[in-house]
Amino acid sequence: MTDSTVKPRSFQEIVLRLQTYWAGQGCAILQPYDMEVGAGTFHPATTLRSLGSQPWAAAYVQPSRRPTDGRYGENPNRLQHYYQYQVLIKPSPPDLQDLYLGSLAAIGIDAGMHDIRFVEDDWESPTLGAWGLGWEVWCDGMEVSQFTYFQQVGGHDCHPVSGELTYGLERLAMYVLGVDHVMDMPFNDPGAPIPLSYGDVFRQTEEEYSRFNFDVADTTVLLRHFEEAETECAAILGQEEIDPKTAKRIVMAHPAYDQCIKASHIFNLLDARGVISVTERQAYIGRVRALARMCADAFVRTAAGRGQAA
Amino acid sequence: MPDLLIELFSEEIPARMQGKAAEDFKRLMTDALVDAGLTYAGAAAFSTPRRLTLSVHGLLATSPTTREERKGPRVDAPDKAIEGFLRGAGVARDDLEIRDEKKGQVYFATITRPGRPAADIVAEELEKVIRNFPWPKSMRWGAGSLRWVRPLHSILCILTDDGGAAQVVEMELDGIRAGAATRGHRFMAPEPFSVTSFEDYEAKLKRANVVLDAAERQATIWQEATNQAFASGLEVVEDRGLLVEVAGLVEWPVVLMGRIDDDFLDLPPEVLQTSMKEHQKFFSVKNPKTGRIERFVTVANVETADHGATILAGNQKVLAARLSDAKFFWENDLRIVRERGLEGMAEGLRDVTFHNKLGSQAARVARIAALAREIAPLAGADAGLAEQAAQVAKADLQSEMVGEFPELQGLMGRYYAEAAGLGSEVAAACEDHYKPLGPGDAVPSAPVSVAVALADKIDTLTGFWAIDEKPTGSKDPYALRRAALGVIRIVMEGDLRLPLDRFIDAQLLRHKITLNRSEASDNEIDTLEEILEEIAHHGVFGAAFRAVLDRLQDGDRAPETGDGSLIHMVGEAMPDLSDNLLAFLHDRLKVHLRDEGIRHDVIDACLSLDIAAPAGATPGNDDLILLVHRARALGDFLKTDDGENLLQGFKRANNILTQAEDKDGVEYSFGADAKFAETAEERTLFAALDTAEPQIAAALETEDFAGAMSAMAALRAPIDAFFDAVQVNVENAVIRRNRLNLLSRIRHICLQAADLTRVEG
Repeated sequence: MTDSTVKPRSFQEIVLRLQTYWAGQGCAILQPYDMEVGAGTFHPATTLRSLGSQPWAAAYVQPSRRPTDGRYGENPNRLQHYYQYQVLIKPSPPDLQDLYLGSLAAIGIDAGMHDIRFVEDDWESPTLGAWGLGWEVWCDGMEVSQFTYFQQVGGHDCHPVSGELTYGLERLAMYVLGVDHVMDMPFNDPGAPIPLSYGDVFRQTEEEYSRFNFDVADTTVLLRHFEEAETECAAILGQEEIDPKTAKRIVMAHPAYDQCIKASHIFNLLDARGVISVTERQAYIGRVRALARMCADAFVRTAAGRGQAA
Repeated sequence: MPDLLIELFSEEIPARMQGKAAEDFKRLMTDALVDAGLTYAGAAAFSTPRRLTLSVHGLLATSPTTREERKGPRVDAPDKAIEGFLRGAGVARDDLEIRDEKKGQVYFATITRPGRPAADIVAEELEKVIRNFPWPKSMRWGAGSLRWVRPLHSILCILTDDGGAAQVVEMELDGIRAGAATRGHRFMAPEPFSVTSFEDYEAKLKRANVVLDAAERQATIWQEATNQAFASGLEVVEDRGLLVEVAGLVEWPVVLMGRIDDDFLDLPPEVLQTSMKEHQKFFSVKNPKTGRIERFVTVANVETADHGATILAGNQKVLAARLSDAKFFWENDLRIVRERGLEGMAEGLRDVTFHNKLGSQAARVARIAALAREIAPLAGADAGLAEQAAQVAKADLQSEMVGEFPELQGLMGRYYAEAAGLGSEVAAACEDHYKPLGPGDAVPSAPVSVAVALADKIDTLTGFWAIDEKPTGSKDPYALRRAALGVIRIVMEGDLRLPLDRFIDAQLLRHKITLNRSEASDNEIDTLEEILEEIAHHGVFGAAFRAVLDRLQDGDRAPETGDGSLIHMVGEAMPDLSDNLLAFLHDRLKVHLRDEGIRHDVIDACLSLDIAAPAGATPGNDDLILLVHRARALGDFLKTDDGENLLQGFKRANNILTQAEDKDGVEYSFGADAKFAETAEERTLFAALDTAEPQIAAALETEDFAGAMSAMAALRAPIDAFFDAVQVNVENAVIRRNRLNLLSRIRHICLQAADLTRVEG
């Protein structure tokens, strides 16, 4: 185990300590989902796995994209591409708050020196048809995590309830490392032969994607892709459940859900391009939610999603 | 007599819910105990972020034994009936008593319910209270099915007897067993400990860094904050709501005062205050000499070895990041208004939808500006200035600052209007045209602000009326009741004599034009706009519509006006919409005046006046001031002895007259002649009516309603005397007709002042 009394020295050390800590608590350490998502919650290891009665415990880093937050790498706190650390445990263990506080200790936040608070923040994802109750966790007045007990996902009541923890990694690391501008944060160890800052790794891409997201992404193509993803999702779920080739019952919840993720990201891009009016916005969100519901409905008909209460 | 202590220990309860939860807990639990026979001497409830606590002292140790007597069947009733009675009463046949009744011998049973120990009752009732607790939002957790605001961890439930010995109340709820233990502060004293009484509990909690009483936490925070500020020659900006919230976020308040970087001190104080309060729950600390906000107070939940230095540094850093954003917005916004004026800022409103049917914000602003211009002269404002103010009043919705802090809308408008070099009247209107926001909010009084505020609200009301989105029941998503009350309060407090009909008609028509612009032909739109112009001259839509249609017939440029045409449909729909909206305003007015003690039927009596009167003869019901004056005078009059009796006299006259009219199938409306009068009372009444009629008419002419009422009061005695002495329905047809016509004069004269048939009683 890492010695948590020694302060971490880099962004990656914080990530590694979280990985080690949650592995130590028995979580399966998964890898990021290989698609563009707006938040770690979209990973099927969270959305889909929070449904049904099967126990689950997973933790992973998820690169997340929020095209509207792009600032060409100039803003000290805002990025269009950033990392979330996500933990999902079902059923939520009774000592989840203590486990969470243990993770803060593991990355060098001493609860005896800091002011850690659980402040009401109910979570809702209109695109996923999901909501839960919980808090944002404050450390010295800064929000360092979201802590949520899922109550409903994809329109289904969660039973048992999953406990979800989401850490905004850059913000948390900047605080622990005492850095004021994200681009100045050491990515690997400052004493490494080739020390790299967060800016060395990401300044270039932030610039490129900011320009692309705001001004270049082809809205006609995006609009078409949105429709295609929507159609494809429904088409996948419209297939016979019995596979004609293998004669097995195979409900393709995950491939369909990929299309839902795709539609959601395209919607975010269109939003960043400023082509979605206030009223259209609601309609688009409703369309993505409809996909998420269809996928959730399909998932609970699979082995992994079994035991979902009606 | 034992004392009861209950603590429900959970994960962090939202601050906003704690106070009510403690009160609910006390009410529900003590009510349940009393219903079960356990009376008590006193009770108090407490809340912290992690616990709801109830202390009940002087509780009965057992509920009293109760006896109920139940009457059964007759002794000679079939066995089946008697057995059924025994089962229902839960007694044996030997226990029954036989009494002689009128119908024979009857069985009586006495059902004795022995008292139960308090512990049993508490366990039973507490479970019910927990399971049905009225949280605004509750949740499940883990694999359980219990619902609570956040996961419930433990239940402390003890009864302490007079000797100080504590007994745990045995109960289990979804795997949680009640006990005598709790925990202290999450970080400073996390170990569990047991307690034996409320006093013991409260004292041990304090040693374990938990202040149980929210009021004590609030007092500590406020005192410590003001002391620290005072020591630096500063003062804390009072914020009761924030104090309550912050006290609900900590169990062990530690007050820390920090600096705001000089870079941010030029931001408007409201921006600093809003940003610090909304995002960080900081109190603002003001320099009383300069009025500037220079520091902040934050309340931590923990004592640290470095006396909060790390915590304060962290908070300062977060604040700096937040304020950098605010400063960036402020400077960007200022640059835009300095370079391009508020009009430049407002340009983006074209792309913002106000409502998908009612068009863009820019279209809305244009409509409001047109109406503000029309209202201005009646509010004592310059028309051009009111129009200009309305055109920029919503510009700040496009500012980055309001995008970040929507609650600063209006206020930022004032700052930006000033920065753009607009006059103080326009700047004030930017801020004040939203007012009043609630029943307690001040009403704008500056003429330009009044014109814009009225135009804004009337535009909103007419818009949602035009698309049939009126409030129904409890649903009022566009806050139309508030808008209506706003109109009423502005008019009344400003004593404004406005023909509301004219403005409602004009704005409804503007909405109709917006709604139909894309579909309609140029010709049709031109016609509607022509009608709009005419409304200003004719005062109402109907007359304007007819005037324009008449004119069209003469010209060669005639749009389709037949059935099914746009013009025809608008002409058909407008009067009903307009009447309906005015009726809505009247309803709100009634609610508003009820607080003033004016009865709704009195207002109805004044309202239905000009329905009876020939069109255009009386000043309309849309003049709220006139309406209110009339209602007040009538209300006052009816409270007098004369008023009450005159009302009865009027009703009697009206009843006799109506019955006769129904029977005879004619209307008795004129022709009463004193020469057919047979009695002195009749002649006196003729004379009194002859005197009162011109007096009432003259008083009404000058809006002297009190005068009209006192002239009516003079009729009371002659009317009473008439009914005492004279029979109306006599054999002689000529006399009868004459007397009925006399009654008709009473009715006619009284109805001039108010429709007394509407008054109850």
